Amino acid sequence: MKSARNHKLAFWLTFCPPTLWMLIFLLVPILIIGIFSFSAKQGLVDISASWVLDNHIRAFDPVYLSVFFKSIGIAALTTLICFLIGFPVAIGIASAPKSWKPVLLMIVVLPFWVNLLIRTYALIAVFRTRGFFNFSLEWVANLFGIPFEPLTLLYNDAAVILGLVYIHLPFMILPLYAGFEGFNKSLLEAASDLGAQQFKIITAIVLPIMAPSIISGCILVFIPALGSFLTPELLGGPSSQMIANVIERQFLAANDWPFGSALSMMLIYLTFGALALRYFWLRRRNFSSTENKP
Amino acid sequence: MNRSILQLKGISKNYGTLEAIKEIDLNIFEGEFFSIIGPSGCGKTTLLRVLAGFEITDSGSLYIENINMQNVPPNKRPINMVFQSYALFPHMNVLDNVAFGLRVDGVARGEQTQLVKSMLSLVKLSGLENRLPHQLSGGQLQRVALARALIKKPRVLLLDEPLSALDAKLRNEMRQELIRLQKSLGITFILVTHDQQEALSMADRIAVMNDGTIQQVASPSYLYEFPSNKFVADFIGSINFIECQLSEIDGDVFKFITKISKDAFTVEGNKSLRIGQDCWLGIRPEKISFKDSYVVNPHHNKLSGVVTNITYFGQASMYHVEVTGEKTATINVMENHSQRSSYTTNKVGDSVVLCWSTESISVFTS
Repeated sequence: MKSARNHKLAFWLTFCPPTLWMLIFLLVPILIIGIFSFSAKQGLVDISASWVLDNHIRAFDPVYLSVFFKSIGIAALTTLICFLIGFPVAIGIASAPKSWKPVLLMIVVLPFWVNLLIRTYALIAVFRTRGFFNFSLEWVANLFGIPFEPLTLLYNDAAVILGLVYIHLPFMILPLYAGFEGFNKSLLEAASDLGAQQFKIITAIVLPIMAPSIISGCILVFIPALGSFLTPELLGGPSSQMIANVIERQFLAANDWPFGSALSMMLIYLTFGALALRYFWLRRRNFSSTENKP
Repeated sequence: MNRSILQLKGISKNYGTLEAIKEIDLNIFEGEFFSIIGPSGCGKTTLLRVLAGFEITDSGSLYIENINMQNVPPNKRPINMVFQSYALFPHMNVLDNVAFGLRVDGVARGEQTQLVKSMLSLVKLSGLENRLPHQLSGGQLQRVALARALIKKPRVLLLDEPLSALDAKLRNEMRQELIRLQKSLGITFILVTHDQQEALSMADRIAVMNDGTIQQVASPSYLYEFPSNKFVADFIGSINFIECQLSEIDGDVFKFITKISKDAFTVEGNKSLRIGQDCWLGIRPEKISFKDSYVVNPHHNKLSGVVTNITYFGQASMYHVEVTGEKTATINVMENHSQRSSYTTNKVGDSVVLCWSTESISVFTS
């Protein structure tokens, strides 16, 4: 037996580094942004912590509100598409033969090995007017002798959503896959045995039991999609700017750090709101599908 | 009791190259408590899943009340199943679990409530309607699973190792409970188990399976006393096998010479055996007595040996008697302690003479 002192040491050694990390690189910056958001700009570079609400009030200006709503809309649509694609894929991987699973999961996470910027440029290379996608269409069109006009696929909202779905899909597939792995398959047989049809089995058994995984997947996609900067910057057109692009412009182009901070705080409130909803929803459900085993 | 409710004709099921069940023929009667028993991997669970409709058979046909069920999906069969791990819906309370089958059938609300209420009182779960599965004990989960299946009023109820997850005391209690439910509802029960005690104590008839085939179908006592082959004899209860050769046939009297000690045994009966054939004589431990413990009948078979070990059970003792001759074999002898005594009849190292009546012997070829 180790002494309590030894255990204490082990505790502090494992507890401190991540806590310090979170403190220095997450809480302190948020705090600084928080203070900035209540400050006023003085001259070109100076900011005084004057505890004014001006910036927050300005953030509710219809111009910025519409960007917020647009961002929420794009993030929500991205989440929905990720779910519609990820759900069957996750079922497929979970019910694949054992030896295939690691390979399939590897394929899902493989894009993480490539830098986001490079992947986004790759998407541009595929979908631009003189890109691989248009080349392929042109080849097919020539085959049938149809006149071909290259499609404009980039620099619009659809391109942004496509990019976001491509980037965030693994974050939906992985929690759903984990959920299906733990799903007791005999529940499906039990429901069928009791007379339920396919549709009823999905709505009454699969979706409610999978709900925590679905919520996790949706949160993991929705939150980063909401704050995404690179994708709308590179793939979006002038009207498909999201809130992160506006924030960036406040900090750099407009040199208005207090207002940029206020907009950032709005984004943080939204994120925490989403997390809080998930927390309260999970707390209300006091069961887990693994607890059914005798 | 003799009206057939379920008929299987030549049912086979393969998983790749593995033949899980081979050419199964079976007839199950209305209102009987039927049990399928066998070692793990014998195909008993596959057979049950075929009945429920979860497995598509490769050949053969399945009739329920003379209706071909071959292409009928599980949700349309008049059969319900109690799963081994219960498979209760974890997000639904007891009431919703039990009512599930009625809801998918579109039974009216008022009738649902009525049926669930009476079913819960039948399985003694009244008052637990709002509990979630994880708030229930093993025995309660079992009762919910039963209620959920029985509320559909199935023609046949399938039970897949229903008691294996319970502790010994609860298991005994649930056995009585299952018998009570089966008799009071009159529904045909088909219970799959690997536990012979469970099958012997509950079933009206038992099918013993091995290696994907049915070895014997009979009542528990017939199965125990008149096993049709060596596997059944060995699987049900314990038994001694004595390697013999048939040396003489005199009308109905067969004379065997044991390969252990060259002793001769006689068995009466009507068997198609030929002289010189190798056989196994099967004799249950409790059918063997020690010579001095009762008057020796000239028709009894005898064998002598030395006690090497004694296992004491309280109500009985098992003597392990080593018989040595050309070969060495251990014969187990069960002695019931019908008299109160602080010592056993024989001690380790005692030379004993074993004897048994010719009627208690079963003869197996191969």
